[in-house]
Amino acid sequence: MGWAIALHGGAGDIAPEIPPERRQPREAALRHCLQIGVDALKAQKSPLDVVELVVRELENNPHFNAGKGSVLTTEGTVEMEACIMDGKTKKCGAVSGLTTVVNAISLARVVMEKTPHIYLAFDGAEKFAREQGLETVDPSHFITPANIERLKQFKEANRVQIDYAQPVEKDVKKEIPTGDGDSQIGTVGCVAVDNDGNLAAATSTGGFVNKMVGRIGDTPIIGAGTYANNLCAVSATGRGEAVMRGTVARDVAALMEFKGLSLKDAAACVVEERVPRDNVGLVAVSAKGEVTMPFNTTGMYRASATEDGYAEFGIWPSVENWVL
Amino acid sequence: MERNMGGWAIAVHGGAGVDPNLPQQRQEEAKQLLTRCLNLGIDALRSNLSAVDVVELVVRELETDPVFNSGRGSALTAKGTVEMESSIMDGLGRRCGAVSGLTTVKNPVSLARLVMERSPHSYLAFAGAEDFARQQGVEVVDNEYFITEENVGMLKLAKEANTIMFDYRIPEAGGLETCSAVVESPILMNGLPISVYAPETVGCVVVDSQGRCAAATSTGGLMNKMSGRIGDSPLIGAGTYACNLCGVSCTGEGEAIIRGTLAREVAAVMEYKELGLQEAVNFVIRERLDEGKAGLIAVSNKGEVAWGFNTTGMFRGCATEDGFMEVGIWD
Repeated sequence: MGWAIALHGGAGDIAPEIPPERRQPREAALRHCLQIGVDALKAQKSPLDVVELVVRELENNPHFNAGKGSVLTTEGTVEMEACIMDGKTKKCGAVSGLTTVVNAISLARVVMEKTPHIYLAFDGAEKFAREQGLETVDPSHFITPANIERLKQFKEANRVQIDYAQPVEKDVKKEIPTGDGDSQIGTVGCVAVDNDGNLAAATSTGGFVNKMVGRIGDTPIIGAGTYANNLCAVSATGRGEAVMRGTVARDVAALMEFKGLSLKDAAACVVEERVPRDNVGLVAVSAKGEVTMPFNTTGMYRASATEDGYAEFGIWPSVENWVL
Repeated sequence: MERNMGGWAIAVHGGAGVDPNLPQQRQEEAKQLLTRCLNLGIDALRSNLSAVDVVELVVRELETDPVFNSGRGSALTAKGTVEMESSIMDGLGRRCGAVSGLTTVKNPVSLARLVMERSPHSYLAFAGAEDFARQQGVEVVDNEYFITEENVGMLKLAKEANTIMFDYRIPEAGGLETCSAVVESPILMNGLPISVYAPETVGCVVVDSQGRCAAATSTGGLMNKMSGRIGDSPLIGAGTYACNLCGVSCTGEGEAIIRGTLAREVAAVMEYKELGLQEAVNFVIRERLDEGKAGLIAVSNKGEVAWGFNTTGMFRGCATEDGFMEVGIWD
């Protein structure tokens, strides 16, 4: 037993040659966010509070695909989505299509706590954010030069225009590695469990680069990108369409519940057997304080810590121990 | 491809949670529509159309007819407009498509199918979905087309009853007395008296003679909902799910269905606990809803059909290749 926390900054084709100026800010951000989360758990904050505040921090950091730093739609705009779930009560909140709300995850929480609904999107969600007094800014706030460049490269590399008259293969790996080794898919997320076994999960994203306006991914879909119950909390990242069809987050919990698999085995089963390669990564914690962070992509930015003092960080399969 | 030894099977629903005081004429109207849709599906299955084709064409029929809460006849938002959503899933390959926030698309389920087959994504919503509809050349109409007089009246009642309260488990004695229509129906769903609740999401599940399963669900959503509110119907794993084992479509209190990932749950217990279809449906309805109220229909790749609900009634119909056919509302 004991508390545990894990967070991710996106899974994808993260090239080993990624230059230090891209890698270091993210590593530093994950360390900072992990520290915040650990401090909050030590201060007895609820896992729901912990995952929200960690994801807020990740959203505010421009190096991840969420909040500021979100990837751009095909029209060069930002549309953000997020989801939060409380394992104890199975209450949840989700939002999509946000353009001015500084912290999507906080709006998701307000939807959960202040409306009889679970999911609000686009204009209705933006209006609700204003009614609730959440911080909003001009949409340009979220757009970074790196993402403008990323969209440009993606459009250039993707020379074959999507012909809407033809059936489109969704399982084909569409990632185009850019010169700086950056992945174009990804999301941020955090899962946490306290000493009493209460669990929570939160995920936030700008979605998929060059996505169609109005496209919703797996992140706000309960059971796909985000899930928590009394057994585990899961936040997934990767190719939204694959995560959705694979009901990834729910399946980890279902395997634990119905087949009695351990957290580690359940997560490994989903990642290795139920979703095609190069499509998914996830972080998960169990009520017993265990942590697992499997992925079937080249890499996944991730970090975790448990009450016994152990902490780790990784991008590719190897991990580094951290002292917090 | 293996022939499905059990034969084809089809089920349709027009919503779980029915006002026990629903006038007889309405009940008949509903049953006739369900029968007509079943027959459409049966003809299609006999012509060897695939499961995903059949669920689409049946749900189109349900959307077009104003009786239930989908397409024309959809429940109204707080603003008095219609915002429709739908999802479709093909058990073969677990391909899926979903749409939300549609205001002019005549048949949301068909747009969901186009998202699945003609876009690189699985879920499109609001303005982006409407744009895609135009690109694809699907039939679009004014929002007024979907609005029925009856629902305009219902919206008024819902606002008067004003019962989208946060804690809808505790009926407020004061609020209900002002509304004469609800005094006889103290049953609440999603905070609304059942007479104005408009639960009638529609759905269809099919297994064809090749053993392929498919499911589709379509709705206008909750009466008096906030604009932008998304329910369970377009969410894969919640309102709709299909895989190689089964096809499932749910209806009822959206939030309970989402939280319980209801449609996926039926398939998960079949797969991971090796339960049969009816056992799986019973398990999910009994164990996965807590205080929530919902119902679902399901088919298995073996040609079985099943349904279950913990509400007062569910509009439903089902048929199997061996000639069995049944349409019902109550237990």
